[in-house]
Amino acid sequence: MTVLADPTPTAAPRDRIGVVEWLRTRLFSSVGNTILTLATILLLWFALPPIANWFVFDAVWWAAPPEVCRAAQGACWAMIHEKHRLIIFGRYPYAEHWRPLIAMLVLIGLIGASTHRPFWRRELFAAWGAGLLVMAVLMWGGIFGLTFVETTLWGGLPLTLILTTVGIAVAFPWGVLLALGRQSQMPIIRTLSIVYIELIRGVPLISLLFMASFMFPLFMPSGVQISSLLRAQVAIILFAGAYLAEVVRGGLQAVPRGQVEAARSLGLGYWPTMWKIVLPQAIRMVIPGIVNSFISTFKDTSLVAIVSLTDLMLAARQAVGDPEWRAFGIEGYVFIGLIYLIFCYLMSRYSQRLEVQLNTGRKR
Amino acid sequence: MSQPQTQARNQGAAIIELARVNKWYGQFHVLRDIDLQVGKGERIVVCGPSGSGKSTMIRCVNALEEHQRGRIVVNGTELTRDLKKIDQVRRDCGMVFQQFNLFPHLSVLENLCLAPIWVRKTPRKEAEETAMRYLERVQIAEQAHKFPNQLSGGQQQRVAIARALCMNPEIMLFDEPTSALDPEMIKEVLDVMVGLAEEGMTMVCVTHEMGFARSVADRIVFMDKGEIVEIGTPQEFFHAPKSDRTRLFLSQILNH
Repeated sequence: MTVLADPTPTAAPRDRIGVVEWLRTRLFSSVGNTILTLATILLLWFALPPIANWFVFDAVWWAAPPEVCRAAQGACWAMIHEKHRLIIFGRYPYAEHWRPLIAMLVLIGLIGASTHRPFWRRELFAAWGAGLLVMAVLMWGGIFGLTFVETTLWGGLPLTLILTTVGIAVAFPWGVLLALGRQSQMPIIRTLSIVYIELIRGVPLISLLFMASFMFPLFMPSGVQISSLLRAQVAIILFAGAYLAEVVRGGLQAVPRGQVEAARSLGLGYWPTMWKIVLPQAIRMVIPGIVNSFISTFKDTSLVAIVSLTDLMLAARQAVGDPEWRAFGIEGYVFIGLIYLIFCYLMSRYSQRLEVQLNTGRKR
Repeated sequence: MSQPQTQARNQGAAIIELARVNKWYGQFHVLRDIDLQVGKGERIVVCGPSGSGKSTMIRCVNALEEHQRGRIVVNGTELTRDLKKIDQVRRDCGMVFQQFNLFPHLSVLENLCLAPIWVRKTPRKEAEETAMRYLERVQIAEQAHKFPNQLSGGQQQRVAIARALCMNPEIMLFDEPTSALDPEMIKEVLDVMVGLAEEGMTMVCVTHEMGFARSVADRIVFMDKGEIVEIGTPQEFFHAPKSDRTRLFLSQILNH
């Protein structure tokens, strides 16, 4: 038998081009494109300098009394310097701010570790358990010589992060169960899931928060007190769960029928089929939608202000309410806007990384 | 029309028994009074034009489809709505699909080990050893740690066969196992199936591979429009078909 030589490979054409060529093809390829390019340059020409001046060059960067800020043309970052602890920690007792600070760092550390796949082991659960315990002790106090701080005084960024983390951690499995329930063969489970999802999705989160705060206590036996924090937390979970359920359902529907049939023909029961075969495929297909829901949940926690929980948003509003600094509200909102942006951006980046990592089975 | 012959010949007791099985999809009568007995160790090839109900019939055998009237008994277990019985039958039957249906998020080895570990509670180490043995048998052991999408169609189908064998089934059901394959890959899959037949595995194959049917099948079942038209040995089926429908089908598939 003759050995067939492989055909000699030829090099692919170079697709690198020079700067001038790049400009010509990307920015000035047609009349319309040229007009757009010029218009954009013009817009930036006029818009950028004032923005830069306000944010940076004319801004008051150092600690200064409000009079200095009033004299300045630009942003008054001195206001942030003055108020940052109120904004970040809300009404938590001033002398005890180190406690929510450490609690917050522990939480961020745990979340950071959880995004790292080699850490996805049993020890991570133990770390979360220990971390949550430490956080609870720090936030509540009442033991180890720490003064007791009730939840109505919790506030700022730690409160926002706690509401978000607990909200997502509970709402996600809840949403998965609801999605499975909505596809269930059992009519009662299916109907209940559909009614729940449509009902909760059909009302604004604010109304849920109101109901949790003002109506829920009416149904409770007298003497039973549930903190407004817990009630708000439950409302967030119920709400996020309904949205996540629909995202996950989209993934479930995208898993080919043959996958379930193959699993069933091997004798796998319902739960192993879902847990090992369907959900892993369904969830990785809808990671963008899931993270979208997470980001929404994070920002939606700002609505708890309506039931007088001092989250980051309300803390900023209260800081801005100081008559002396009232003129510099924009700076306060820019500051917390930046904090929200950083967290949301990190979530978004993580979802992109996760998509790449989980794509192993689809790569050639 | 005379009833087709349904007895399993020269074989042991029936391991699969279908008696007057009927099924409808809405108004569409997809299976009409199916009678079929398959003996232990027997190799059955089911053929017929598309839409004749042959896939539906084989899928009824392990309850992927529900039959609405009649009796199906597999290895002594009658299929009812009882989930325990359905699970029992599924453990007795391995199934190979046209579209392979490998789990794309799991490596080849994990595809094979999953059911033994979760259904049979086999220790992982033992399950992996068994899996490697079957992978060697379908000559694909070196791909154990790849993902299904990194394999060719023929390799994927051989993995699928190995996956079914890992559960140590009494019966193997093949639902058009070579129909989704490129022509040059059909032989490697058929070779594995011939090997299985030679070892005495009970097999029911829905296939259009007439060469395979001729050389391997003990009996060929010809279906059309939801009913079994004719059952016979390859000799009878190819050389002395009894019905006009069979002759028409044969002329269409053999003279193209």
